Amino acid sequence: MQKAGRPFQFLTASYLIRIQNLKATTLAELGEGLEGSSDASIFYHTFQSLSRHHFLTQGFSSDFAQWVLAACNRAELAEQLANLDIREYTALAELRTDLRCIVRDYCERHPPFATQEAFEAFSFCEALEVNTPLGREAWTLGDFCEGLETLSRASLHYHFIASRLRLHLQTNDFSYWLENSLDLPALARRINRVDIYTNTLESVGAVLTNLIREELG
Amino acid sequence: MMTTTLTGQRFVHLEDYSPIIGAPEVAELRALAASLRGHSIQMVNSTAVGGGVAEILTRLVPILQELGLSIRWDVITGGNDFFEITKAFHNALHGAPHHLPPASFETFLAYNEQNLARLHMDSEFTVIHDPQPVALIQGRNHPSGHWIWRCHIDLSRPNPAVWQFLEPWVRKYDGAIFSSPEFAQKLPIPQYLFFPSIDPLSEKSRELDPELVQGVLDHYGIDAGRPILTQVSRFDRLKDPVGVVRAYRIVKRYFDCQLVLAGGNADDDPEGELVLSEVNEAAKGDPDIHILNLPPWSPVEINALQTASTLIIQKSLREGFGLTVTEALWKKKPVVASAVGGIPLQVIHKYTGLLAHSVEGTAYQIRFLLSNPALAAKLGQQGHEHVREHFLITANAKRYITLFLNLLRAG
Repeated sequence: MQKAGRPFQFLTASYLIRIQNLKATTLAELGEGLEGSSDASIFYHTFQSLSRHHFLTQGFSSDFAQWVLAACNRAELAEQLANLDIREYTALAELRTDLRCIVRDYCERHPPFATQEAFEAFSFCEALEVNTPLGREAWTLGDFCEGLETLSRASLHYHFIASRLRLHLQTNDFSYWLENSLDLPALARRINRVDIYTNTLESVGAVLTNLIREELG
Repeated sequence: MMTTTLTGQRFVHLEDYSPIIGAPEVAELRALAASLRGHSIQMVNSTAVGGGVAEILTRLVPILQELGLSIRWDVITGGNDFFEITKAFHNALHGAPHHLPPASFETFLAYNEQNLARLHMDSEFTVIHDPQPVALIQGRNHPSGHWIWRCHIDLSRPNPAVWQFLEPWVRKYDGAIFSSPEFAQKLPIPQYLFFPSIDPLSEKSRELDPELVQGVLDHYGIDAGRPILTQVSRFDRLKDPVGVVRAYRIVKRYFDCQLVLAGGNADDDPEGELVLSEVNEAAKGDPDIHILNLPPWSPVEINALQTASTLIIQKSLREGFGLTVTEALWKKKPVVASAVGGIPLQVIHKYTGLLAHSVEGTAYQIRFLLSNPALAAKLGQQGHEHVREHFLITANAKRYITLFLNLLRAG
């Protein structure tokens, strides 16, 4: 079996959730909050919320979209916010800009809704990451498959979803390693296409493992 | 006054959680905890038995010990006067009027000082639970120690007089933990979000033998053949047991159901007897209302009653988090609960249960679920997954480990 030029190091990330002194009670305030909140907050309410609610594949995975629907009753705006696919972002600044633009445009088109009080406030929180090596590495595709089979949900999220923000590339840690260290670009592309919105994290793990098993024959 | 030091008995092993949360999650806990070996941790609260905090610590401490952490749990004690004051504080922090004289604040501080004289507050990480021991911070003497205040109470609308008294103490901490973002205050220290938790292997949450469940129903004269609506909570006005009876009476017009109100009193709650008599009065004349004043530690009976229930109610007026909701969701039970405190974090309306805002709303949601058993089952299943992901004791252990690692790495 082909050996990689460098091993894949399995890590995991745990998040300490910090409550910010920032709340929104209207859509206009949500727009201001999106501008003033930290990158860690944008991460928490988008990338991290996908992980928190992965077992509910119906409904919106973005906290912003969920609040706009449930607390402001503005379905159109909620759908626009939910339509932003976090896989397309390699920097939180870009995601923040798009979220702000959508909320600002909506408020400009619907001034009465911009200042209408929500049923409940939106509390901005932020996720502080603590990452730790799991003490496992893979040199071959076989090692990698074994590692993937024993990966926690948090570790899967770290390598497969949050990784774009670290790599600043439209890919994930797994695909990046498979393409650059094992020279398996086709497998890397297939893995990168797995839908994180309509699968739970467990089923994403199972799909990835199956793709690698197919490659192993 | 006595000080009790509990070491935390080990009933189960970490590996026993693997079939429930998955072996990778257990391995991950071990990997995270490895960096904390050799660091000392201390938990302090006000009761060893009864109430959600004691239940959490009873399980959390042994798990963290098994992960190799040097952790101890201390319980402060005090006379009836102290606990009457802290109960009044508790109610006031939930928004109730405050009627205690100014001397009560002095008594509160005197008991804190007495406890301080007996406790060794010398750990690197000290977590003080709830307001009762909040003033122990004055005994901070570890040069590089981190002190965290863990507030389990709904502080969204605190009585200003009591909060103004407590706030200067809270400000002395390095951080505060709340069960919901709604409870956070304007404080100059970092505020963190932690969810409380249940232990799936505890007597209260493990799967029971059906014969045992039937035995408990027989013992209390409850008919397994008719719908059973249950609220489990101590007899406390903030849990609105009388409101539950009123909601049940509305449902009873449509369904031949029974109501079980099962609870007990914690050591630090002197008001329970009075509330219990109010509930008995409200339920008078209906043999299908079962009011069970259970001893403070009746986990198997509680488990059996929840397991046998058709539907679980939690009609609290204020709620820190509502671990009885967590227990019900874990047992895949449909839940109808008030949209207060930490309950909406658990009961995601229409996904993991149904929320209500009044007696009438509670009754309507109960009727809706009794009429739609398939939907009730789906909500129960999704509620179970929600708990597995966020509200088990292993997730709580992970949050504390993450907090300590974060503090350690930040210096």
